[in-house]
Amino acid sequence: MKPKNRRFMAVDILLLMLTILPIVAGITFKVLTTPLTEGIVISGARIYWTIPMPIQNLLITESQINSAIVIITVLGLCLYLTHGIRAGVVTKRQLLAEWIVEKVDGMIHENMGEYFAGFAPFVTAILALSGFSSLLSLFGLYAPTSDLNIVAGWAILVFILITYYKCKAGLWYYVKSFGEPVKVLAPMNLISEIATPFSMAFRHYGNILSGSIVAVLIGALLQSLSAKFLGWLPGFLGEIPFLQIGIPALLSVYFDVFGACLQAYIFAVLTMLYVSNGFPMDEYEKRKLRKLQKKKNVQH
Amino acid sequence: MLELAIGIILGCCALGAGMAMIAGIGPGIGEGNAVAKACEAIGRQPESKGAVTSTMLFGCVIAETTGLYALVIAILLIFVAPGRLVDILMTTLGK
Repeated sequence: MKPKNRRFMAVDILLLMLTILPIVAGITFKVLTTPLTEGIVISGARIYWTIPMPIQNLLITESQINSAIVIITVLGLCLYLTHGIRAGVVTKRQLLAEWIVEKVDGMIHENMGEYFAGFAPFVTAILALSGFSSLLSLFGLYAPTSDLNIVAGWAILVFILITYYKCKAGLWYYVKSFGEPVKVLAPMNLISEIATPFSMAFRHYGNILSGSIVAVLIGALLQSLSAKFLGWLPGFLGEIPFLQIGIPALLSVYFDVFGACLQAYIFAVLTMLYVSNGFPMDEYEKRKLRKLQKKKNVQH
Repeated sequence: MLELAIGIILGCCALGAGMAMIAGIGPGIGEGNAVAKACEAIGRQPESKGAVTSTMLFGCVIAETTGLYALVIAILLIFVAPGRLVDILMTTLGK
């Protein structure tokens, strides 16, 4: 084996470690810090540290740590997929990376149009972050998306983007757009504008959280059912909840895998639609033309 | 007396959570309609299955929003509200 090849392999293994190690570290951390409890527990994210701040104490919770894990994992995955990428040479991971880029570009083209072609990295980041955060519950970790704060942060970010693109045709035009079609409807328009980040955050958070709560409740139900019907088995056999084996996994396929992917997709599509629908293309181009003419007049 | 007050708080929170989830009827009917129409459309034009399915899923998620608002309120009423209300009661009683 050539030394160059060996170095390539070593970097590959390092990148894979960067992908897998954060998850392992997260699981170890959770096992070490979570106290043993009997029965079912439905609680929010555990608070690890409290940092005193002037207005309100800053809480470092499980969801923040887990989203940091997801960020590092996605970074490692991206670096792994694009490592050693070359034109004309086809490898499996290169095909996968190209497929992802092409899919997102197609989605952008379909939903937003040519002007927003630069949005692809942002939308991919939202997709990856949201999807992997929800899928983290497959490893037994707390999914950051079932914490309202995390999702609300993304929703506020998207809301700022929407407002920025609405303001591109002039601030006055944006203010005036609330008075359409009739000026009386301005308060209603204002409310529906403010409701956008709320509905985005609540939709994502509610779906993931309700899935995890239903999973815990069904687990508890199966435990008590198996204690009732199979409790007569002799010795330690009676203590094993046999009904809990396998059945929750089927539910997990729907709630964790399908729900997570669907919600990530929906969040990304909603981002694209809100941004592209809020952007007044015609008015923006008119304004650009006006500005150009003004510049010409000044120069002459 | 204090036990009665706390009992009323807990019971009313549970009742409120149950009543909030009546809102689940709306999205249920709406999504059922959407899926029924999507099935009809696929039956008429089987080649448009992909487009119809993705549009239907998107519409279903939008229709689900009101149900999810109710769900969030119910979750707050069950897991958050009782503790806070009992705390308020205790502070007003000075205990």
